[in-house]
Amino acid sequence: MDTIIQLRNVSFAYETEEEKNLAVQGVDLDVRRGEFLAVVGHNGSGKSTLAKLFNAILLPTEGHVLVEGMDTSDEEKVYEIRRRVGMVFQNPDNQIVATIVEDDVAFGPENLGVPPAEIRARVDEALRAVGMYEYRLYEPHKLSGGQKQRVAVAGIIAMRTDCVIFDESTAMIDPKGRREVLETVRKLNRELGITVVFITHFMEEAALADRVVVMDSGTIAAEGTPAQIFADTALLQRTGLELPPAAQLARTLREHGVELPDETLTPEQCADALFRAAQKAGVV
Amino acid sequence: MIRDITIGQYLSGTSFMHKLDARVKIVCTFAYIITIFLCKNFWSLGLMVAFAALMTLLSRVPVRMLLRSLRPVAFILLFTAVLNLFYTKTGSVLFQWKFLILTDKGLYTAVFMAVRILSLVSVSALLTYTTTPTALTDGIEKLLSPLKLIKVPVHSLAMMMTLALRFIPTLIEEIDRIMSAQKARGADLETGGFIQRAKALLPVLIPLFVSAFRRAYELAFAMECRCYRGGEGRTRMKQMKLGVRDAVTAVCFVLLIAGVVLLGRFFPAVI
Repeated sequence: MDTIIQLRNVSFAYETEEEKNLAVQGVDLDVRRGEFLAVVGHNGSGKSTLAKLFNAILLPTEGHVLVEGMDTSDEEKVYEIRRRVGMVFQNPDNQIVATIVEDDVAFGPENLGVPPAEIRARVDEALRAVGMYEYRLYEPHKLSGGQKQRVAVAGIIAMRTDCVIFDESTAMIDPKGRREVLETVRKLNRELGITVVFITHFMEEAALADRVVVMDSGTIAAEGTPAQIFADTALLQRTGLELPPAAQLARTLREHGVELPDETLTPEQCADALFRAAQKAGVV
Repeated sequence: MIRDITIGQYLSGTSFMHKLDARVKIVCTFAYIITIFLCKNFWSLGLMVAFAALMTLLSRVPVRMLLRSLRPVAFILLFTAVLNLFYTKTGSVLFQWKFLILTDKGLYTAVFMAVRILSLVSVSALLTYTTTPTALTDGIEKLLSPLKLIKVPVHSLAMMMTLALRFIPTLIEEIDRIMSAQKARGADLETGGFIQRAKALLPVLIPLFVSAFRRAYELAFAMECRCYRGGEGRTRMKQMKLGVRDAVTAVCFVLLIAGVVLLGRFFPAVI
């Protein structure tokens, strides 16, 4: 599997007049093409700063970020980088530019100079992909948080980016909206093969990823599959993270002598495992 | 309440007016506004009002919505009408009481002013009701594009307008939220005199400004992330094309203006 984004010894400091605040220090990370990578960490762990380094919103104070071999600090390449790596932000209201949903989705392709007929096709396709096609003529302020965020996602995929960074895109929306966005993200990753970097502090979202990176005080504390990460109790304690609810339940059950597989992280897996355990015990 | 603001409130539909090209609608609206001030007698004024009524019918905008857009100008309307009623000293006197003199010319002027303001506001409201803000700003951008030759940043201006319109509902929501928050902290926003109430709004305005700047900052990032580099090299999804409908409308407007001018020739001016 080849890499799409490479971080080499990347550090970033927010400089204020009094002090230099190192938000990210010495991070080495490869984002592989087609993967669903979750970046987790508590507040102030540097995960959001890391996200902004991926597509040249922030430039590393040390080290290099390479997107398909292009250095983000090369000013001439910034446009090329951003047409490959899109970003969905936290607040859905602050990233929608147009007053009609479909016009907003068209904004990116318009900036890229795509011919009108093709923009139309891309916009319809993108809106269908996120399940917002029926809402194409709505005004954004009449949509729910989850719907707005799906419009923002459509705006990025209409640009045909290879990779989408989600910078805590589910943090400001209600649980129902979060589920909608998450379903959309998984669908994009699986069906369209878009590389996803998902920054979040919700562990149940990280549980759905192929790979999880745990950030702590600006460095990578751990990296592995969700099952590996969530099995490491010491790590979770050290970095101030909690198990996803389903995994929490599974752990408590295990402590009480119920045998459940390690891969019990999502509600679906949990239900499945419980059903099997019940079958084995001859209850059902 | 603040939610009554109808600027940029587009009513979706598929009527004749909705399908017209935004540029045609903008030019015609301006033409209408200018023409209505050329009306000097009841015949031409009547023609203009009939035309506005026809446009309302063609737009399928409910009259109720149109009336709502007239509410904010009700005071100005009354004010100018009353002023014209009593400040016009020419013409034959109809009524006199102490210093108040009402002449027939004053009465006509008052009626004319009121009708002019009413139709002017209704016609502009029709424009915003039947044209999406995007189409409106696109239209303005296209109409102003000759100014690019003298280095006027037409695209940037149009983009600023689009964003301003886009953020009106967002900021209104924000005001509501901040007001509730301040009320919850015991702020009194509704009683007291004008000065007192204006002062009480300060704790609402300051957070609003702070948040507006933060929004602007984030929006700029989001736009850059979507490869926005200004107007150069940009294409548009919706191409504006003039059709038969637009030609018919333009001809009707030319006829309307000609009609008003002719009626002005044949009938004596009453104001």
